[in-house]
Amino acid sequence: MTNPVLSIEHLSIKLPDGADRQFAVDDCSYTLDKGEILCVVGESGSGKSMTANALMGLLPEGVSVGAGRAVFEGKNILRQTEAESQDLRGAKIAMIFQEPMTALNPLMRIGDQISEVFEAHKRHTPSERRKRALDLVREVDLPDPEKIIRAYPFQLSGGQRQRAMIAMALALEPQILIADEPTTALDVTTQAQILKLILDLRKKRDMAVIFITHDFGVVAEIADKVLVMRYGKIVERGTTDAVLKTPQHDYTKHLLAAIPSGLVPQNAEVQNSPALEIKALNKVFRTGGGFMKPHREVRAIDNISLSIAKGEVLGLVGESGSGKSTLGRAVVRLVTPDSGQILVGGSDMAALSETELRRARYKVQMVFQDPYASLNPRHKILRALTDGPIAKAVPKEQARARAHELMEIVGLGADAVDRFPHEFSGGQRQRIGIARALAMDPDLIIADEAVSALDVSIQAQVLDLLRDLRSKLNLSILFITHDLRVAAQLCDRIAVMQKGKLVEIGPVSDVFLNPQDDYTKRLLAAVPGGGWGLAEAALT
Amino acid sequence: MTIVGPVLGRLFKAVLTLLAIAILNFFLIHAAPGDPAAVLAGEAGAADEQMIADLRAQFGLDQPFYIQLGTYVGNVLTLDLGYSFRQGAPVLDLILDRLPATLILTLTAFGISLTLGIMLGVAASARVGKPADSLLTGFALIFYATPLYWAALMAVLVFSVQLGWLPGFGYETVGADYTGLQRVGDILSHLVLPALTLGLFFMAVYMRMTRASMLEVAQQDFVKTARAKGLSPSVIRRRHILRNALLPVVTLAGLQAGQLIGGAVLTETVFAWPGIGRLMFESLAARDYNTILGVFLVSAAMVILFNIVTDIVYGLIDPRIRHTA
Repeated sequence: MTNPVLSIEHLSIKLPDGADRQFAVDDCSYTLDKGEILCVVGESGSGKSMTANALMGLLPEGVSVGAGRAVFEGKNILRQTEAESQDLRGAKIAMIFQEPMTALNPLMRIGDQISEVFEAHKRHTPSERRKRALDLVREVDLPDPEKIIRAYPFQLSGGQRQRAMIAMALALEPQILIADEPTTALDVTTQAQILKLILDLRKKRDMAVIFITHDFGVVAEIADKVLVMRYGKIVERGTTDAVLKTPQHDYTKHLLAAIPSGLVPQNAEVQNSPALEIKALNKVFRTGGGFMKPHREVRAIDNISLSIAKGEVLGLVGESGSGKSTLGRAVVRLVTPDSGQILVGGSDMAALSETELRRARYKVQMVFQDPYASLNPRHKILRALTDGPIAKAVPKEQARARAHELMEIVGLGADAVDRFPHEFSGGQRQRIGIARALAMDPDLIIADEAVSALDVSIQAQVLDLLRDLRSKLNLSILFITHDLRVAAQLCDRIAVMQKGKLVEIGPVSDVFLNPQDDYTKRLLAAVPGGGWGLAEAALT
Repeated sequence: MTIVGPVLGRLFKAVLTLLAIAILNFFLIHAAPGDPAAVLAGEAGAADEQMIADLRAQFGLDQPFYIQLGTYVGNVLTLDLGYSFRQGAPVLDLILDRLPATLILTLTAFGISLTLGIMLGVAASARVGKPADSLLTGFALIFYATPLYWAALMAVLVFSVQLGWLPGFGYETVGADYTGLQRVGDILSHLVLPALTLGLFFMAVYMRMTRASMLEVAQQDFVKTARAKGLSPSVIRRRHILRNALLPVVTLAGLQAGQLIGGAVLTETVFAWPGIGRLMFESLAARDYNTILGVFLVSAAMVILFNIVTDIVYGLIDPRIRHTA
């Protein structure tokens, strides 16, 4: 491994004038060897994807290569004509993306989208292309290949679509595969499968992989070499072992420290009266159906009973489609359950009429996943924090005073109430989301993937805040997440859902260290970077 | 998977909708001030007692309300749309007589506007921000902003009166008695001005829609995937962007196609085109209720028909609709 496939020398990528910094990528050099997996790690805005886009000749409008070279097969691929990069793309260097849901053309069959790669590079006859597409679909282990190549993207799951994307990328046996956060949008078990697929293919085809990610768990799982980027600069580089075990740069240490560890807290006894009791709850969604058509039924909540004590954080984990979000929405009655009881502070949320419900809604508040979308962009923060309380007849002055107080509590400062949502960063907005929930003085907070959209270091801060608030204010939280590491950090007990059913519930240490259900075991094993252990002392 | 089932279902619903419209028609004529028979007789020009009584008997107006309704619906179902006293002919004959002229005009205009609109929209989006784009967009804006009747009058003035290139009014040369190809050529030469006037207006709408939609789709992830495959820009534009961008254009075209029958009133009037639009205009002026209601019903049928066609086209373009409908 001495002759690199690709060597990048002093690469700088210029951002348009008026951006927050001059260079997206600033004087970066690195090499990539044959058959090597190089992980480029960094948080949003670090410039980690820009290098990849430049190599592909796919830089966004207004962004351009400022200086430097990228030598591939003896040529600088950054200074070539559009026709030359077109020949390179898909043939010698291929790329897969983060969002398998949107990365495929919704109107074209999977097989056609794969054959198109051959067509673009004028290889093979149409019938030969179809045959090869079928072989590729087989190679990436998609089920029922004959059927898959005739299917449309919407008929495939996220993981299957990502496999189809990989099939496309592999079509012309590229020397380099660039994978831009390819597993970020997938469930853990699917992620584990895709990572394994990439590892297998690397071995079989001896191709080099540039794997862009923000997740150190994934890095530990597949990388040979690691680059850590921040503000467009490479701050640390080395073998995976060296970077993960003996990081040199403060930023790397900081990032590694921010990752929720595999350590779970010891059991803390919670013996309070319940804040939430769910009894035998059911919800079935019926879709399709109608005039002479069959119904399709999905049991989103299948006879679930559980309770959350006052001051307790219950983690609700499961993969997409497990029904965890539906359960959360049922508790706030955004979804009306078919049967069962949801007792919050003595009243049954499931049985309230519309008017009663409006009066009782304040008891349960939600913190949403997307801090950008969950605040009205035209309302100042003060209004976001006071609208709710005023609606439940809190005097205006009192609501305002409370809003100032809450902004202090969540660490943004009372003055911030006069600003608009766009003036805050993602992590700050999520703090506002939490403050808004608290403003209603609820019995229970439901946090639906509340930290999933945040970078690790920000995520750690928001988790700290939640932990802090919970001990100060004795909050009861239903914490819905797909990220088991995060759940282990914050929760007292864990409930695992699969296909609408509650498969396991118990104290964190029991569920993580001694799982009883097979599904829980699979889920835990799939977490990249694995390794669970018991913390020395109970977290508070 | 199959397209037949949903279409049958739609046709069934369409018949129901049409019946509902016919019943609404019935109430409409009853809501007209005075006795419908007196109105009809008055319209016919003679209003003596005997005639009103005869009319009552003829239309079954001496029958109870529900029987009248039944008779009317029965008439509609057997395609008996009543008699126009003004024109002295059955309404159905009048409409069938005018229908070809209207369809030739509106379908030609529709074809021109859709084809040109999409082509120019694609061309403009491929050159976004460049002079060619500004030129095309400006051109479209002018057509869009010009009132139809004014454009029609100007077209007659310039191309017919001043330059004498094309006939300015009518459907064919009266009294020429052309046959065969000569007649086709004659009708075509009469068709050019009204079809272009009507077509260019709607072309502007389709062009703006296509351009905006193309630009939006070009931002989507799968277009980046297509570029990463090494496809050429023209293939990406045609195969990936255009097909997805056409969906909103089809929606708009479907809405507009439904109005092909009644939507050309202005153009038909200015160019003295003997179509349904003018029939409606004349009947309105003459308070010829039966004819108006007939036109109303046929237009409604056309809207429903084109809605079904739009749904089928939508299904052909978008597999998600085809498989879940």
